[in-house]
Amino acid sequence: MAVQASESAAVTAVPAAPPAARRDRLRFLRNGKTATGLAILGLFVLLAVAGQWLAPHDPSAMSDDVLQPPSWEHPFGTTQTGQDIFSQVLVGTRGVLVVGFVAGFFATLLSVLVGVSSGFLSGIGDEVLSALTNIFLVLPGLPLIIIIASFLPDSGDVIIAVVISLTAWAWGARVLRAQTMSLRARDYVQAARATGESTWRIIVFEILPNLTAVIASGFVGTVIFAVLSEITLAFIGVADISHWNWGTILFWAQSNQALGQGAWWWFVPAGLCIALLGTALTLINFGIDEFVNPRLRTAVRVRGGARMRVGFTPVARAPRGGAKSARDAREAGGARETEESTV
Amino acid sequence: MKFVLQRLAFYLLTAWAAITINFLIPRLMPGDPVQSLLARYQGQLSSKSIASLEALFGLDRDRSLWQQYTDYWAGLARGDLGTSFTYFPTPVSEVISQSLPWTLALVGTTTLISFLLGTGIGIFAGWKRGSWLDGLLPVTTFISAIPYFWLGLIAIAVFAVQWPLFPASGGYDASLVPSLSGAFVSSALYHAVLPGVTVVLSAMAGWVLGMRNMMVTVSSEDYVMVAQAKGLPERRVMFSYAARNAILPNVSGFALSLGFIVGGTLLVEMVFSYPGIGYVLFQGVGAKDYPLMQGVFLIITLAVLAANLLADLLYMILDPRTRKEG
Amino acid sequence: MSTSATSPVSAPPHAATRPPVLEIGGLSVDYGVGDGAVRALHDVDLTLRRGEVLGLAGESGSGKSTLAYAVTRLLSPPGVITGGDVRYHPRGGEPVDVLAMTPGELRAFRWQEVSIVFQGAMNSLNPVHTVRTQLTDVLKAHRPQMSRAERVGRARELLSLVGISPDRLGAYPHQLSGGMRQRVMIAMALALEPEIVVMDEPTTALDVVMQRQILRQLVRLREELDFSVVFITHDISLLIEFSDRIAIMYGGRVVEQAGAAEIYRDPRHPYSHGLLHSFPALHGPRRELTGIPGSPPDLRAMPSGCAFHPRCPKAFEPCGLRTPHLAPVPGTGTGSDTDTDTGNDTETGRSVACWLNDDRRDGEA
Repeated sequence: MAVQASESAAVTAVPAAPPAARRDRLRFLRNGKTATGLAILGLFVLLAVAGQWLAPHDPSAMSDDVLQPPSWEHPFGTTQTGQDIFSQVLVGTRGVLVVGFVAGFFATLLSVLVGVSSGFLSGIGDEVLSALTNIFLVLPGLPLIIIIASFLPDSGDVIIAVVISLTAWAWGARVLRAQTMSLRARDYVQAARATGESTWRIIVFEILPNLTAVIASGFVGTVIFAVLSEITLAFIGVADISHWNWGTILFWAQSNQALGQGAWWWFVPAGLCIALLGTALTLINFGIDEFVNPRLRTAVRVRGGARMRVGFTPVARAPRGGAKSARDAREAGGARETEESTV
Repeated sequence: MKFVLQRLAFYLLTAWAAITINFLIPRLMPGDPVQSLLARYQGQLSSKSIASLEALFGLDRDRSLWQQYTDYWAGLARGDLGTSFTYFPTPVSEVISQSLPWTLALVGTTTLISFLLGTGIGIFAGWKRGSWLDGLLPVTTFISAIPYFWLGLIAIAVFAVQWPLFPASGGYDASLVPSLSGAFVSSALYHAVLPGVTVVLSAMAGWVLGMRNMMVTVSSEDYVMVAQAKGLPERRVMFSYAARNAILPNVSGFALSLGFIVGGTLLVEMVFSYPGIGYVLFQGVGAKDYPLMQGVFLIITLAVLAANLLADLLYMILDPRTRKEG
Repeated sequence: MSTSATSPVSAPPHAATRPPVLEIGGLSVDYGVGDGAVRALHDVDLTLRRGEVLGLAGESGSGKSTLAYAVTRLLSPPGVITGGDVRYHPRGGEPVDVLAMTPGELRAFRWQEVSIVFQGAMNSLNPVHTVRTQLTDVLKAHRPQMSRAERVGRARELLSLVGISPDRLGAYPHQLSGGMRQRVMIAMALALEPEIVVMDEPTTALDVVMQRQILRQLVRLREELDFSVVFITHDISLLIEFSDRIAIMYGGRVVEQAGAAEIYRDPRHPYSHGLLHSFPALHGPRRELTGIPGSPPDLRAMPSGCAFHPRCPKAFEPCGLRTPHLAPVPGTGTGSDTDTDTGNDTETGRSVACWLNDDRRDGEA
């Protein structure tokens, strides 16, 4: 059924045929936004792995260079106790990324479990799961994380990541539920059910592959949220402040009155890193959005600088002479063809 | 009407869930926080505080979990959220009721301004896609990735320390007594400028991006093309057809955004020592004042639920499909 | 002169002699720009005459909707008009080039002169406004002198015109059935009494009974109000029944155009023949349903020569090599003298783009 196949390919983001899929995946990577985002993220991942060895100083070691502005020796300056902020930022990258990705992973797992089952089930199971989703959606996440984290006796990175993921899965679950419901109604899924395939097989082989883009975007979104939450927790002193991460740097800067002393270098680099990482992740998500929603992707300019806009199709006619000569050529061609045919 | 009742029922359910979570958190936590607190405060805690703590953590072995739960509800019904020990002997409810108006005013105003401004900019950016307005996008993306509190720190560094145009902390001039006098109100407004602008800038970015993408998506709907085919004035097509529909997901996605904004605002209050509920929470977290933290969480949640109900009502007015047939 | 064995059919005289209201010349449309561009329309020439119903038929992707939207410049991005002109002849005025209009001129032109009934009325109505609002805003935009009461009065009148009770004015689109929505769209299209109404698959979403009911109503309205209709559908049997002249499109070109009766009796292009045998005729003798083997061509990879040749049962050697152009079929009236000023006498009689008709063509040359 050619019609059916082309329809499912057009409506869902993820194409069915392997060659087409490969081409589309390449297109996804060719997207400038995605490429920029991935490049920046890659840099941070590198720092997370190698930061410990790249750091010129021990981030906790005190020295006599107290509250120095940036210099060759201390590219980001020093703290009130003479610690090297550059080293703190480098070493702190790992904690940020670990919490971000671990939380992103758990939250995505939860959202897939809840969202897909809720979308695939119907009746009371769906009702309960979607009510649960909606409840977690409206509960304000950050205050809840703060409360839970401050009750915990141990606030290491992984624990914090799990707590964050507990509050961050609901949005993804809601989107996945809606997507699953629309997929479930598609012909090929109906056909699979009619031929008696097991529910699990259908979910794993028919539904999940078509949700890849949505799941990926949910994952990236959760990582952004997790990074911000973790840094916030560190900043207000709920998370373990003996581990370096960008939030801890800001915590020490704030509690030592860096602002009042004019020590801008103490809190600017960490904040810029957060913003840069967040921007990179957001750009990746823009790429995914454009991949899923072709309306966001279409070219917007034609030659001559006319802007494409809905309702006013641009007219890019070749200069008058050009159009005429094109016509002449066509007429000449027509005449020639007539000649040939008379031979 | 059915829609409103459904939503109301849902929020009641959520409020119940929030209260129950609040009740369970201290009981489910490993370790013995009360002992460590008693050790930390070395007998400085009054017997009343200790009783409040024991009730909070369910240490009273004589009462079953169910009895504790009903006690908890009874306490809530009386407005009793326990006793704070950072603000001893003030009850938590009183600490909260003093700080809540500040937060409500700050969050309410900034949310409204950022929503209107952000949606407005997003409408133009989405409609005039491909124009110079696209240049705003990288900036907006960057701002949306900055934590609110860090933007607050920068605002203080620039506009309170470098150029002392605005106060760096507090909600009003310390020499004034809170009242509705002109001097006090203008002082409060003056103190609210920097935190307010910080929250507006941060929150606005998200609305701009969301609204822009929805405008781009809605612009290729058939009814927008029909509106263009009808030769309607550009403004009418843009607002009455495209934006009017594009705003709907933004309003229904308000719940998620509001959670973010409230969370962010709490942090901005901490940075600015603004006398709102976020600052109180900060104090509570620093001192491990559990009754205070829990009370704050409960109030924040209930306020967010109320705001969501308002957003739902707005949605009902905006989308005729949710209204009753006929 | 090979007048051949075909019966000497001729277009109804009224259709051939009426003055043109819309002349499309050499219209080309691309989707996308640069390397990724795909040509969706190739040099299309077509004339719509005053008061006629011109049917556009073809499978999906043949360019029939692209043609209609390009003419009104409503093609969505990434559509770009890359060549040709579209001349509109106002009643008693000089022709104007629609493609050269500024946005302001275009706005004034739209709906006043050309209105459109879109495919799929489900999404054509704005879900958040009432029928009244959507009927009156077009009056407000084009007839600023009308008072509010006059506009509402006109809206009521329009609803009764299409057989809907005027008290549904306050209804929202989701409260109307599919058929009612489509009627509202038709009422809206007639609001300003335009010269041309484009109907893009106006009835495909409806059941057969509803389809005919709406189309009959349309025919009656057309007789009362005397507008021209461009009727687009893939259902050629509907076209045969309701249109005066039919243009058949394939792969972004017009491959045959002739009077509806002529096409029905004697299709000259194998594709037209195939289309005619894909749908059961509701009236007239039974014919065998054969359909067309294969599927419509991919715009990104058009076959060389005649785009139809891979599917054509009668293809022979020139078909895959050279593209046939639309040329008049002799013996079917090669243009009346009154229309020589349009410089396009292929439009008056029937014409076809197929090498099978070549012997007739060289006879003319």
